[in-house]
Amino acid sequence: MFSKNIICPVCGGSCDDIQVELKGDKITVKNACKMGNAKFQEVVSSHRIRDPMIKDNGKLKKAAWDEALTKAAEILTSAKRPLLFLGSETSCEAQEVGLHIGEYLGAAVDSNATICHGPTVMGIQESGCVGATAGQTKNRANLSVYWGCNALESMPRHMSRYGIFPRGYWTKRGRFDRTVICVDPRKTPTADAADLHIQINPNTDYELFSGLLTILNGKTPHPSVAEITGVPLDQMNQMVEMMKESNFGAVYVGLGVGSSYGKHRNVEMALNLIKELNNYTKFSLGALRGHCNVAGFNQLASYLYGYPFGLDFAKGYPRFNPGEYTTVDVLRERDVDAAFVMCADLVCHTPADCASYLAQIPMVCLDIAPCPTTVASDVVLPGVIDAMECDGTFYRLDNVPIYFKPFTSSPFEYTMSNEDTLKQLFAKIKSMS
Amino acid sequence: MTEIILTPVGKIDIMIEAEVIIPDIFASKSTDEIKNLLVWQGPKQLPLSDFFDVKGNAASSPQETSIVIDGDVTRVKRIGAGMTAGKIKINGSAGMHVGSEMNGGEIVVTGDVESWAGMEMKGGLLHIMGNGKDHIGCAYRGSWHGMTGGRILIDGNAVSQLGGGMSGGEIVVTGSVENFCGIRQNAGLIVVKGDANRGVGAEMSGGTIVVTGHIKNFLPGFEYVDTQSDLTFDDITCQGDFLQFSGDHAIVARTKGALYVSKNANEGL
Ligand code: SF4
Repeated sequence: MFSKNIICPVCGGSCDDIQVELKGDKITVKNACKMGNAKFQEVVSSHRIRDPMIKDNGKLKKAAWDEALTKAAEILTSAKRPLLFLGSETSCEAQEVGLHIGEYLGAAVDSNATICHGPTVMGIQESGCVGATAGQTKNRANLSVYWGCNALESMPRHMSRYGIFPRGYWTKRGRFDRTVICVDPRKTPTADAADLHIQINPNTDYELFSGLLTILNGKTPHPSVAEITGVPLDQMNQMVEMMKESNFGAVYVGLGVGSSYGKHRNVEMALNLIKELNNYTKFSLGALRGHCNVAGFNQLASYLYGYPFGLDFAKGYPRFNPGEYTTVDVLRERDVDAAFVMCADLVCHTPADCASYLAQIPMVCLDIAPCPTTVASDVVLPGVIDAMECDGTFYRLDNVPIYFKPFTSSPFEYTMSNEDTLKQLFAKIKSMS
Repeated sequence: MTEIILTPVGKIDIMIEAEVIIPDIFASKSTDEIKNLLVWQGPKQLPLSDFFDVKGNAASSPQETSIVIDGDVTRVKRIGAGMTAGKIKINGSAGMHVGSEMNGGEIVVTGDVESWAGMEMKGGLLHIMGNGKDHIGCAYRGSWHGMTGGRILIDGNAVSQLGGGMSGGEIVVTGSVENFCGIRQNAGLIVVKGDANRGVGAEMSGGTIVVTGHIKNFLPGFEYVDTQSDLTFDDITCQGDFLQFSGDHAIVARTKGALYVSKNANEGL
């Protein structure tokens, strides 16, 4: 069967031009990058989780669906305070049910942003964000800045689909109509492809943003900044001139900004710079979000409960305080006693002491393939692959919602989608408590 | 003053939130009534006596009530939150948010404190004899105003974001701080007797910061004004020669922020 205009469920790019041909146990994919292609192969992969499992004597064994669901609900309802980690490799519809379960149980609820662009979201709370959709930057931006990211390798089609190469209405010659600056301590393929590479010292982004803003405010930065950042004052002046003279500037920040030392303060300062630049020309900032629907959880949690991630429902109403209620903190402080992990290999992506604590406490995992989290879990529920086997919504990197349709159906007769699984789990939880 | 002694019993697994431990609530209650006050553990509310042995009676007014906590309470959050009068003495280390939003009275912690001690404090005295963690005297996430009054004394070190958004009051740290001390400060005084790593006075638009040690990464938005000796701010004094800077010009062109850094410890500035 041949399908086109399929959405890729891998990175925040949410490319919507994927073509697939599914023939028996073979799938041919067109237009997707290597990362995208690899995930499409999961549909026919032999290592896919095909059955619910329950741990028995330290080993995961096949179980009946209802038995696994009951056990999962038991773990969550008997906990004093569970952690629900609603990963970003699934739809907003599934995450929404998860958030409601969290509210019902008085749990701590979090998602991938907590270990990636959380600080970016916090920076936005501090400073506000002048944003733009990918369409706007494609049609208008004649200066693009990749700051602390290596787009060519982390979001392989960003440059070709949205950022640099496409010919837009006011950027008719594509790449030739754009100037590209890359700020990165490393020499990456993105830095090579840029017109100007600012090789900043690691963990000095705040100082560089601050220096640029000082220049913009008509002052001379304190001379120590050149040695601290490794960027000479002349180069800072050059950057500011380039920015002021552009017609439309687009800054794309990666984890080099939000997750190097300084965290949300770096982002806050970047956003202050963007705000100030709008006195001269049009400038916007967007984060290159890593996982397909990582932006979705932030949007959803914000409009449902007022906060973008790291929510705590202990008192019956949502509270937010990264450092207190966020995944890494509640695990490191042993402040939860059970976990539910959906569509994110949490064990693999948290610090070692958090991962080892996850292995000690009762854990339920919903995922499509075996990973360290499934191994450490007591109950494993098989996942349905969004955008391939069921429909739903993702939010793209620029926070635009993208509705996706499947090209095949769920391989399980007991669940149609992860949303369906969570609804069944919620019903079980309600019947128990 | 009448003393009530709380002694922690057993080990606390999931942290508890005990904003009820303030003289304002304890005042004019009997020992049994105090034992039955509710604290939060996850989504459950449990009596205080599940976690503490309670001895003594409270006075009729908060002013006359003194609470002594005998032991380590690092897993108890919000002790003294919002208190307006009286005294709390913690013989040990305290958990997050100790004295946050306090408005009066006095808290003494003989050990260390976790993050958010004295968050958005409005008045009173918070004395930490050990070390402090992050966000002491700072603003709630996303808010622009941290501590607005009162005094925080830290005999040891503090970590990052000390006095974030500070709009009044004083913080004196005998030891060192790490990053973004006094970020977005717009009034009030911060004195750091030791060193600072980076971001001192970031985005400040008013108020005063004194660092009598070394600053590793100085911010580019600060402009040299003058050299001064022996600073005095009411009862707080700082000896030695200081370079005076104004800033943070990265954020506001005409700022009222003043940063004093030791001349001897910061050659090259
Ligand atoms: S760039 Fe991202 S969304 Fe696009 S095909 Fe590659 S992995 Fe998929």
